[in-house]
Amino acid sequence: MENILSYGFMQRALVAGLAVSVTCAILGLFLILRKDAMIGHGLAHVTFGGVALGLFLKVSPILAAMAVSVLAALGILKLKEKAGLYEDTALGIFSSVGMAVGIILVSMAGSFNVNLLSFLFGNILAIETFEVWLSLGLTAAVILTVSLCYHELVYLTFDPESAATAGIKVKRLEAVLAVLSAVTVVLGMKVVGILLVAALIVIPSAAGLMLAGSFRQAMVMSVFVAVISVFAGMLCAFYWDLPASGSIVILNFSIFLLLFSVRIIKTRVIRSPNADHILTEHEPGVNK
Amino acid sequence: METDKTQVRVENVAFSYRAIPVLIDISFLITRGDFLAVLGPNGSGKSTLVKIILGLLPAGEGNVTLFGENVRRFSQWSKIGYVPQRATQSGTLFPASVQEVVSMGVLSKKRFPKIFKYRDRKAIEIALERVDMSKFGKRRIGELSGGQQQRVFIARAIVNEPEILFLDEPTAGVDASTQQRFYEMLDMLNKEHDITIVMVTHDVGVVTKHVNKIACLNQRLVFHGTHDEFCSSHVVQEIVRGEHHLVCHRH
Repeated sequence: MENILSYGFMQRALVAGLAVSVTCAILGLFLILRKDAMIGHGLAHVTFGGVALGLFLKVSPILAAMAVSVLAALGILKLKEKAGLYEDTALGIFSSVGMAVGIILVSMAGSFNVNLLSFLFGNILAIETFEVWLSLGLTAAVILTVSLCYHELVYLTFDPESAATAGIKVKRLEAVLAVLSAVTVVLGMKVVGILLVAALIVIPSAAGLMLAGSFRQAMVMSVFVAVISVFAGMLCAFYWDLPASGSIVILNFSIFLLLFSVRIIKTRVIRSPNADHILTEHEPGVNK
Repeated sequence: METDKTQVRVENVAFSYRAIPVLIDISFLITRGDFLAVLGPNGSGKSTLVKIILGLLPAGEGNVTLFGENVRRFSQWSKIGYVPQRATQSGTLFPASVQEVVSMGVLSKKRFPKIFKYRDRKAIEIALERVDMSKFGKRRIGELSGGQQQRVFIARAIVNEPEILFLDEPTAGVDASTQQRFYEMLDMLNKEHDITIVMVTHDVGVVTKHVNKIACLNQRLVFHGTHDEFCSSHVVQEIVRGEHHLVCHRH
């Protein structure tokens, strides 16, 4: 442990990696419960176009990717609303276009830029100080936004129609969620790469859902799974020279499998002590 | 005729979906104390009408007024309770506890940032007691049966003590005896707690034993009146066919 923290690049990687993992887990829970899990995958493709644009224009690829990703996330919402399309169709259109733009820009640049590879496959160990601060700042912004809008986001996720009749500005909140997703995808891209960023959003949250009894529990468990995976993934990278991105995702998946198994055992073998008290459809009438 | 008891005014409302008319020239009033059933065959526009009344869909033509305020500018959402047809899209996977689900209903009367206080927790307890679900507060919503879930959604809708409660096909997929108790609960909310109830259903036989007003839709409003008027209406017989005889015998 002492060895790891004595290296500046590992300190930066740990700080950024843990911050991003927390953000991905929190947001991922809302996304998968809204059946929007693939938005991470789709926006990651769009992000490829943004990174290529940044490299082509010689500006910060992360900032370019963020701008493109945020615009695409809002565009997906608009296209869905105005064209009456399903979300996955709008996502499919934007992700393909984003990828196509990226391929054209790479081709126009004349060579396959080495930098682009690090964005595709992730290279958290090469994260720069500026990117660490950016990750921390954006993570704080995401956590603050989710904290302030927590109850509205839960209601929107659970039942958008009823949320609207509670005076919640559903469209505005969906736009907030889309922007947060875009930002999170860009942050996650640096940790595990464009190709695996969806895993960072989906798997910890799916794992958290296995045993949680309430939304807050699910969120805490998702964050816990994400943090453990990123931390352990970095240990694998440092001590065994494995790719950090792949290790993080495989560890995420392993924890998911573990929790899934526990759930199966819990459901099949251990009977709930309250099971006998579950009312049937024929329980006595209502209180008056 | 509009009175100071009028809570909802629907005026010449029309709605089309991709040029296909769904609702044509609908006008009626909902007044305090009504237990109104919105009846009609499948595709008659019942759910669409409720969504327009609640501002979830924009009316193509006409106006809807809630408590004297146009629905597009309406802000007193705590006066309204709503139980949609499919109350959750996440099914059994959603990790919310029953208390968390009911707490969602409290949000309509809170300003940003929405922070829960002791009186909110008390209101959640009372709402759960009213629907006889207080012992399930910590249980995950997906673990409950369909009838129990509906009670929880009613608790969510009444947690603010609304003045009017809208329910869209609340007993779909629920067995007959549960339905009976469900309607008794609605009776109690209507009579003892003075909550106006508007219920969309195609279940003519059971509903008309409990409601005091009926609106019958078939794209147009073919009937709007009291239970007795409903029983003597020949137009209605066309809509409800063989069930009409059954519904006119109250117990």
